[in-house]
Amino acid sequence: MAAITMSNIVKKYGDGFPAVNDVSLDVQDGEFMILVGPSGCGKSTLLRMIVGLEDITSGEMRIGDKVVNTVAPRQRNLSMVFQNYALYPHLTVFENIAFPLRLAKTPDEEVRRRVTETAGLLELTEHLERKPANLSGGQRQRVAMGRAIVRQADAFLFDEPLSNLDAKLRGQMRTEIARLQRRLGVTTVYVTHDQTEAMTLGDRVAVLRKGVLQQVGSPRELYEQPVNLFVAGFIGSPSMNFLPASVEGTQLVTPLGRLDLRDPAKAAAAAGREVVLVGIRPEAFEDASLVGADKRATGQTVRARVDVTEWLGNEQFAYVPYEAPADLAAQLRELSRELDGDQLRTQAVVALDAASLIAAGDEAELWVDTGRLHIFDPATGENLTRDEERVAELGRHAERVRLSQRGARQDAPG
Amino acid sequence: MESARSKALWIAVSAVILVWALFPVLWIVMLSFKQPGEIGNVHRFLPKKWTWENYHTVFATDLFTSALINSIGISLIATFVGVVFATLVAYAIARLDFPGKKIILSFALAIAMFPVVSLVGPLFNLWRDIGLYDTWPGLIIPYISFALPLAIWTLSAFFREIPWEMEQAAQVDGATSWQAFRKVIVPLAAPGVFTAAILTFFFCWNDFVFGISLTSTGNARPVPAALAFFSGESQFEQPTTAICAAAVVVTVPVVVIVLLFQRRIVAGLTSGAVKG
Repeated sequence: MAAITMSNIVKKYGDGFPAVNDVSLDVQDGEFMILVGPSGCGKSTLLRMIVGLEDITSGEMRIGDKVVNTVAPRQRNLSMVFQNYALYPHLTVFENIAFPLRLAKTPDEEVRRRVTETAGLLELTEHLERKPANLSGGQRQRVAMGRAIVRQADAFLFDEPLSNLDAKLRGQMRTEIARLQRRLGVTTVYVTHDQTEAMTLGDRVAVLRKGVLQQVGSPRELYEQPVNLFVAGFIGSPSMNFLPASVEGTQLVTPLGRLDLRDPAKAAAAAGREVVLVGIRPEAFEDASLVGADKRATGQTVRARVDVTEWLGNEQFAYVPYEAPADLAAQLRELSRELDGDQLRTQAVVALDAASLIAAGDEAELWVDTGRLHIFDPATGENLTRDEERVAELGRHAERVRLSQRGARQDAPG
Repeated sequence: MESARSKALWIAVSAVILVWALFPVLWIVMLSFKQPGEIGNVHRFLPKKWTWENYHTVFATDLFTSALINSIGISLIATFVGVVFATLVAYAIARLDFPGKKIILSFALAIAMFPVVSLVGPLFNLWRDIGLYDTWPGLIIPYISFALPLAIWTLSAFFREIPWEMEQAAQVDGATSWQAFRKVIVPLAAPGVFTAAILTFFFCWNDFVFGISLTSTGNARPVPAALAFFSGESQFEQPTTAICAAAVVVTVPVVVIVLLFQRRIVAGLTSGAVKG
């Protein structure tokens, strides 16, 4: 078990394009770190540099207290689960799992004991004599995990391990991975582009964009206190709504209506600017008729025409189209494209209570929780309303959760 | 109705192709069982009297037995050396990025297209000067060089099919490059290696031009060349039946090899390696 320390890591390919640019990241001993970002952001490249399958152009990579920049993958004592599992098709499940042990010349007796133990842990016992070709996707995935955990590696690396599974199985395996990691307490770096995996699995999440690290923090911190437009738009599904607004005193004039800034910190952030982008998460909206009077006072109501509604049983989404100035609309579209989407029109997504009777085409009265809005600088994308106090509090909370989980593991019998 | 008709058509076409391909073989087999004097005198497909005489004759003649040993030895050595080389070259071509990769591949293709006959003359002179004429290496070397391109192309196609991740996984699991190659890549490429080996073996086994031009005695003369030196009982008698018997003897190993390994050749071992 070991910490992984990356300092100013750069990866440049032959054409000089930096796939990973000046990334510094500390993964603590026993921590579950998620690398997330849209396709092509360099997250897989970074993972492959940790394991040694990609050369490091510059910067320093440490595992434990050893610099491993030029150490061959086989000497780094890491184990990895590949996206397509990379099982050895000519070997049985038993031999697949035993492969790292065989290479380490482990005595037969011990190989049998450890493979059986691992197989038991992953419920593969009755499949040990089968070949990978005869297994289902989920079983193959478990074999790949077995091969990773069978030896005492310093860290586990996962490269989008669940992306080839169907949705239901993905959910089950996700829980399984989380349980396994908590139980073994091994340092883990996990690459994904999946929101849910990023939010649920990791102690901390690192968001990458075009090879540059944007923000590292607990899932809550990323969600509540994103540093910039990119992180705000990437974390959360459906995405945060970005509305162009002009500032008039302590009021923001948005396409949906005027919003009062009652929080002095937020008002101060917007002060002195002409145009800002206002970020409001879909769930910060509600059907005004369902909001009680006391709650109503903490926010504000606006009137907007609803274009389409989607009723899902437990919740309901409404789409509110709006007009935006051409330059900002282009910027928002660019952002949406970068986030692997392609938003054709400027529209706000609003999450309503499933009981709401707002219908498509209605001129609806919507309540906005103005305490939860963010203000971004349209030029730099920087979040002007990030609350450092709250960030520190969330950080302490995440650390406490991690330690209590680890404590539970150590106290557990066996 | 439609399917019955198309089935009948399939059967008919297959029958025609089978007859077209197998009739000459059958004819040779029949000839090999006839008495030497029968040919030209008796006009019928089946032998008038079945006899093993021709087989006794060919195995009794030194010309044939030494040629058979030469053929087997030369083909096996050339195949083995050729396939080992081709495996290493193909692996490098499929996996590594190095300058001149394209040139090597196109060169290999150029060699394969080069007419063999145009090389025989110069080789004949060269081999006589350096003492390789009428020796095993004198045949093995040209066989390898002409069989290599085909083997390299076949094998590099096979290696390319094997996902990179296999090797990377092996490396992460603690294997050296050589261990990854031997324990993961070679077993996965086995069908390709067999295919290449069999193709190379057939090429060497069936060669006539080199065999007849670069040998002069039983030292190194392979069977296809030796057949041309068969003579009859008297100058008035053609050795046709004996030649046919010899031809059957050299065809048998080929057929046996194909039957033995066709499963191996066809089997796609890589299925199930990655998501499916």
